[in-house]
Amino acid sequence: MKPVPEHSLILRVTGLFILPLLILFSLFLLLRGHNEPGGGFIAGLVAASAVALHMFFTSVEAARRMIAVDPRDLIGWGLLIAIASGLAPILSGRPFMEARWIEMTVPAFGLVKAGTPLLFDLGVYLVVTGTVLAILFSLAEDDVQ
Amino acid sequence: MNTLLAICVGVLYSAAIYLILRRSIVKLVIGLVLLSNASNLLIFTASGLTREAPPLIPEGESMPAIVADPLAQALILTAIVIGFGVLAFAVVLIRRAYEVVEADDMDQMKGTDT
Amino acid sequence: MVLWISGSFLAAAAAPWAVKRFPRHAGMILALWPGLLFVWFLSVLPRVGQSPVVTTHEWIPALGIRFSLYLDGLALLMSLLISGIGSLVILYAGRYLERHPDLGKLLALLLAFMASMLGLVLSGNLLLMFVFWELTSIVSYLLIGFHHEDEGARRSALQGLFVTFAGGLALMTGLILIGSVAGSYEWRTILDSADAIQASPHYPLALVLLVVGAMTKSAQFPFHFWLPNAMAAPTPVSAYLHSATMVKAGVFLLARTHPVLGGTALWTALLGTAGAVTLLLGIWLAMRSTGIKRVLAYSTIMALGTLTMLIGVGSDKAIIAAMAFLFAHSLYKGALFMIAGILDHQAGVKDLTRAGGLARRMPVSAAAAGLAALSLAGVLPLFGFVAKEKLFLSIFASGMAWLTPVVAIGAVLTVGVGALVGIQPWYGKPVATPRPAREPGPSLLAGPLILATGGILFGLFTPVVDQYLLTPAASAVTGHPVTPMLKLWHGLNLALATSIASLALGLLLYRWRTHFRHMTRFSDALAARGPEWLYDRMMALLVRVAGWQTRMLQSGYLRHYLLTTLLFVVACVWILLARSGQALHIAFDLTDIAIHEVMVMLVMSASAILAATSGSRLGAVAALGAVGFTVALVFVLFSAADPGITQVLVETLAVIMLVLVLFRLPRFLKLSSTRVRVQDATVAITLGATFTVLLLLAQDQRLYESISAWHIAESVPSGYGRNVVNVILVDFRALDTLGEIFVLALAAVGVLAMLGLKAEDKPQ
Repeated sequence: MKPVPEHSLILRVTGLFILPLLILFSLFLLLRGHNEPGGGFIAGLVAASAVALHMFFTSVEAARRMIAVDPRDLIGWGLLIAIASGLAPILSGRPFMEARWIEMTVPAFGLVKAGTPLLFDLGVYLVVTGTVLAILFSLAEDDVQ
Repeated sequence: MNTLLAICVGVLYSAAIYLILRRSIVKLVIGLVLLSNASNLLIFTASGLTREAPPLIPEGESMPAIVADPLAQALILTAIVIGFGVLAFAVVLIRRAYEVVEADDMDQMKGTDT
Repeated sequence: MVLWISGSFLAAAAAPWAVKRFPRHAGMILALWPGLLFVWFLSVLPRVGQSPVVTTHEWIPALGIRFSLYLDGLALLMSLLISGIGSLVILYAGRYLERHPDLGKLLALLLAFMASMLGLVLSGNLLLMFVFWELTSIVSYLLIGFHHEDEGARRSALQGLFVTFAGGLALMTGLILIGSVAGSYEWRTILDSADAIQASPHYPLALVLLVVGAMTKSAQFPFHFWLPNAMAAPTPVSAYLHSATMVKAGVFLLARTHPVLGGTALWTALLGTAGAVTLLLGIWLAMRSTGIKRVLAYSTIMALGTLTMLIGVGSDKAIIAAMAFLFAHSLYKGALFMIAGILDHQAGVKDLTRAGGLARRMPVSAAAAGLAALSLAGVLPLFGFVAKEKLFLSIFASGMAWLTPVVAIGAVLTVGVGALVGIQPWYGKPVATPRPAREPGPSLLAGPLILATGGILFGLFTPVVDQYLLTPAASAVTGHPVTPMLKLWHGLNLALATSIASLALGLLLYRWRTHFRHMTRFSDALAARGPEWLYDRMMALLVRVAGWQTRMLQSGYLRHYLLTTLLFVVACVWILLARSGQALHIAFDLTDIAIHEVMVMLVMSASAILAATSGSRLGAVAALGAVGFTVALVFVLFSAADPGITQVLVETLAVIMLVLVLFRLPRFLKLSSTRVRVQDATVAITLGATFTVLLLLAQDQRLYESISAWHIAESVPSGYGRNVVNVILVDFRALDTLGEIFVLALAAVGVLAMLGLKAEDKPQ
């Protein structure tokens, strides 16, 4: 894709506003995924689409700057988190990947349940986002050359 | 309804297989995408069709009334995402192959050294 | 004991490092480990004489395979030989191949071999033993092919591997048969069920399979041909694997199973015949050869034949003769091989006819060679004499008269062979050697000297060796306590007379060796059509069949493979359907159909057909997108929210990706003729219809209760989530999901790698 500075100003500016919103929305989807439609896969795809849109409005470099991390690192961290969530139960002598939950009361939220599956979902989210972005970025950069 | 969907699956498979039998490598990739769609739909139909009863459990209850099969949905969900990864891989692969062989014809890619 | 075996593997892993760190003394340092093992085995000698030492660890409990070790007299005799000779050989090899770039590899392999061989002889479980058995074959393959740049060495290595692996397969089947009859693979259990095994209808088959395995490993006719070729290995390897230890594995196996399988007419007939034929063949070929290592290899075949024959005879006398012979042979043959290596290393001599009068230049080597050769020939008072004497006595007493001439002829020829290696290169007229001969240093001399003097010492102290080492071994083989009976001097009897006669005749034969070789040329023609010729023909045939089959099946066209596979699947499905005679009920229940759903499906089908037939890239991609979005709609219409959302998002991203790539790709070309298109369309439609029919048939059939009900019921109580799909993904089936995100990551890595490769590999 060519770097196109002559892209519509309106698109670029709206893009700047929409991107954070979409990322926030993806986090929302991730967190509510255990109870309502959503979850790591969907949230990851939403986040990736948001950045991809931004890439179209501006340029690959701008999109890379915007997310500040290399998508390849996201893949690595995601896999690491997913495995770590599976290893956690081993520490307490349970089989690999068995879910462990803790309940705690957080002020203003009430009773919150946190467990290794949520951590695992976060890993999925990062891997999906990282994979899609890594592929799209490198394709777009390859195009420029 | 099942019958109609089953016929749809058959049409998708036919189109996909026709495409992957072509010599043009781009058609092969399009055929692969169709094939994964067809397979997802096949699993979905085979698991039984249920209207307006997603596998979500209402708050406060633990045992819902009849809902759609969640296992098939989970399988399909991951299959869709993996399908995307495979598509990306295939697209880049054929693009590289095209750059090297400079031909779109599968028949020119039969050697082992190209 | 487990520690000793695993420690040996560790020592093997440390060998390359040791060679890098101490290039001059690696052999000496590494030889310490087997030396330590040897001392430990010596220290348990009195204990093992009483009862076997057993250790057991669970390994694969589901299959009843235990890592159990069983150290009895037989295993101890073998272990002492393995660790003792191993120590000397490693010391020797460190000097023999000093400054060779692959010395580290050689020492590592030798130590790994020692570990495997120890595992083999110490195994108390048949399947564990089989694992080590195959390990020794693999290491032997690597060692024969040590000079891998040499075509001949590679060929020999493969030949050895194929022959021993073929035997290994037979052996495995035999072991499984035995294990299934006994109900366990544990040696102690099997030992107790000897009667049940011999009474079982599987006994003859199991025995034949096991014997075939032993015969390939111990180079019995007709599988003997790989052993002389294995001499392509460096000489320390030949000394260790291909004379003193590995080739004894087959004999060991026969001795080990003797209390269970032995004593029947079939056992005696099989082993007696195979052993006798191998004995004669081996010594005959040895006498006819002139290459030093070939002479020794063929005489090793003779020794292995003798051992097999003695175990076949199976009397107490024969078994103790076998143990004595095994012990004696390992000593003198190990020494002689190392001497052969010294001749090559110090004088460049590989052939007996190219050497003479070397005793003056290499007196110590000559003395060691002489002692070993005397033991080989069976001359008083060396231990070889004790063994040969007992061999004669047991054969004379066996009641199998036809074996007497075999051992007598064998003895004459053995004396001739002993003279070939003990006299010919050392005495007589000096012959100019390729390199000026020089006495080697202590590292090279230690092995042959120690082993050769061992021959004398053990001969003089025969009763001690007998009581502590050989009688416990023989008792383990016979299955009942054997009284010590070996003596150096049995008095004047028929065996002694045979010995003396064979000595005289053998020396005469040596005197007339060139005439003998000339007169026996006829056997060359036979050998040219022997088992090795058959092996070569079989290999050639295999290559031809493979080539033909590859040309038949591998056209190189993707669509041919696909067509074949698809048509085969369709045929299978329809044949099965026709045979099951299931009626197909296709019900068009129109009341069930909503009009918007029908519209969605019509659009989907039309888009799919458009995608398949479109002549433009953009049109095809657009149609593809339409198919994707309608599929998403179907998901949403039928209560699958999560897959629906995912499908929409993926479809969007896929379109973005295709846009990025598509216009770098070639335009559609019409490459196929109309006829091919019609043919492909027919196949495609048939297959599509097959899927439709299958789907309709599968509709109302559930062979197993779906586990979905469990998932739904447990989602909130144990998964703490109300979205069942998500709970399945991240909790119930999280391991699957973990695999899937790894696949995704791999796809990304693949894409990155391929885009990273720039077009430098483009053909010019």
